[in-house]
Amino acid sequence: MEYLELFFKSIFIDNMIFATFLGMCSYLAVSKKVTTAVGLGAAVIFVLAITVPLNWLLDQYILQPGALKWLGKGYEDYDLGFLSFILFIATIATMVQLVEIIVEKFSPSLYNSLGIFLPLIAVNCAILGGSLFMQSREIPTLGLATVYGVGSGIGWFLAILAIAAIREKIRYSNVPPALRGLGITFIITGLMAIGFMSFGGMLTGGDEEPETKKEKTAAIQQNQNENVTLSAVETSQNKETKTSVTELSRSIPDNNNKVVE
Amino acid sequence: MGLLSKKDVALIKDPLFDNNPVTMQVLGICSALAITAELKASIVMAIAVLFVLGLGNVVISLMRNIIPSKIRIIVQLVVVAALVIIVDLVLKAFAYELSKTLSVFVGLIITNCIIMGRFEAFALANGPWQSFLDGIGNAAGYGIILILVGFFRELLGAGSLLGFKVLGDPIEKTGLYQYGYENNGFMLLAPMALITLGVIIWVQRSRNKALIEDH
Repeated sequence: MEYLELFFKSIFIDNMIFATFLGMCSYLAVSKKVTTAVGLGAAVIFVLAITVPLNWLLDQYILQPGALKWLGKGYEDYDLGFLSFILFIATIATMVQLVEIIVEKFSPSLYNSLGIFLPLIAVNCAILGGSLFMQSREIPTLGLATVYGVGSGIGWFLAILAIAAIREKIRYSNVPPALRGLGITFIITGLMAIGFMSFGGMLTGGDEEPETKKEKTAAIQQNQNENVTLSAVETSQNKETKTSVTELSRSIPDNNNKVVE
Repeated sequence: MGLLSKKDVALIKDPLFDNNPVTMQVLGICSALAITAELKASIVMAIAVLFVLGLGNVVISLMRNIIPSKIRIIVQLVVVAALVIIVDLVLKAFAYELSKTLSVFVGLIITNCIIMGRFEAFALANGPWQSFLDGIGNAAGYGIILILVGFFRELLGAGSLLGFKVLGDPIEKTGLYQYGYENNGFMLLAPMALITLGVIIWVQRSRNKALIEDH
């Protein structure tokens, strides 16, 4: 369930393009035709699915404060967090290169369709952004990190596919001359982003708020219960004290006797 | 102008308006739009990019003859990443709150296409001084757009500029608010950044017809 939630969230709610504007450059530059857009989108999913888990491992075992524990006792205090940018981007650049080589070797047809886009991807903000968000959101497990990578890749793919289809159609419509090209693309993306905002209600509005409310009400109920029980305890204590006074008076002599003894 | 020849001035001036990296070359939108909900964050971001692009261009230009062309992208990325780490640490030390608002977007300066774009297009082929001017000019062009978007979004969305309530107090109903003016909170949300930028491009292109694209 956790996986499904994160998957859905990374595709629709925290969509790379519509919520955080990541990878806008290539999104705008390569979205003139659907076929090229599909190629780039597929490459982004692919690379995100590899680099996010990889950078998660790096973050977990090298970069976080105290992450170097596994090296031995003397390394516990190290905090290499400031190196994360350089390590992440190095991983991404090498992975992109590696993926390019592997794909070229084993699947020339895929290479031909992805080929031109792969080098572009190293400098796509969506890829680095995926890793940085993974780090700042403190995703707990490797599996979740992979899901997050794939999910945000699919979100990006959907976005570029949609805008490419719209741009192909809009060529035939009468856009004001000054808005043609870039301007209208921005405005359409804005409108699409407004549409995607409504997904925000599906998890946060529909799920989290009641949870907090539940928690609150539960807490209040607990408080009330506690109060009730407290008062009950108090009253019972009162009763007890009243009733136990006689007992006490009985037991006191005993104690006294004991003390005396 | 002893220091700056005419060509040098053009290097700085061109990218400010007619060849603006954001509105004309479609570069550097990635890390820009999300942080423009406040003017202050936009200004800091603009300064950060100015620093990184100015210095990065110089460094790359100095190394342009010794970088093997096959691995140049990785070399460029490492140079930018080092500069961005400096920016990030400085921000964390002197403006911690702001670095929280900018969050991952400081790191995303690394993949800001303006930077890689200028490295590829200019610094690899020109001397350090010209590269420096080119970097400053492009970063300033980027900054102008950023500040413009930030200005409108904060003014219309929150009724303030740099945190000062220039339109009066919405709760006590002073200034404009006593005439029934309301803040448009929608301006603070993500989609309006895109639409604001779209409108800026619209205005710019209708003022200068030469910039209009044909489909």
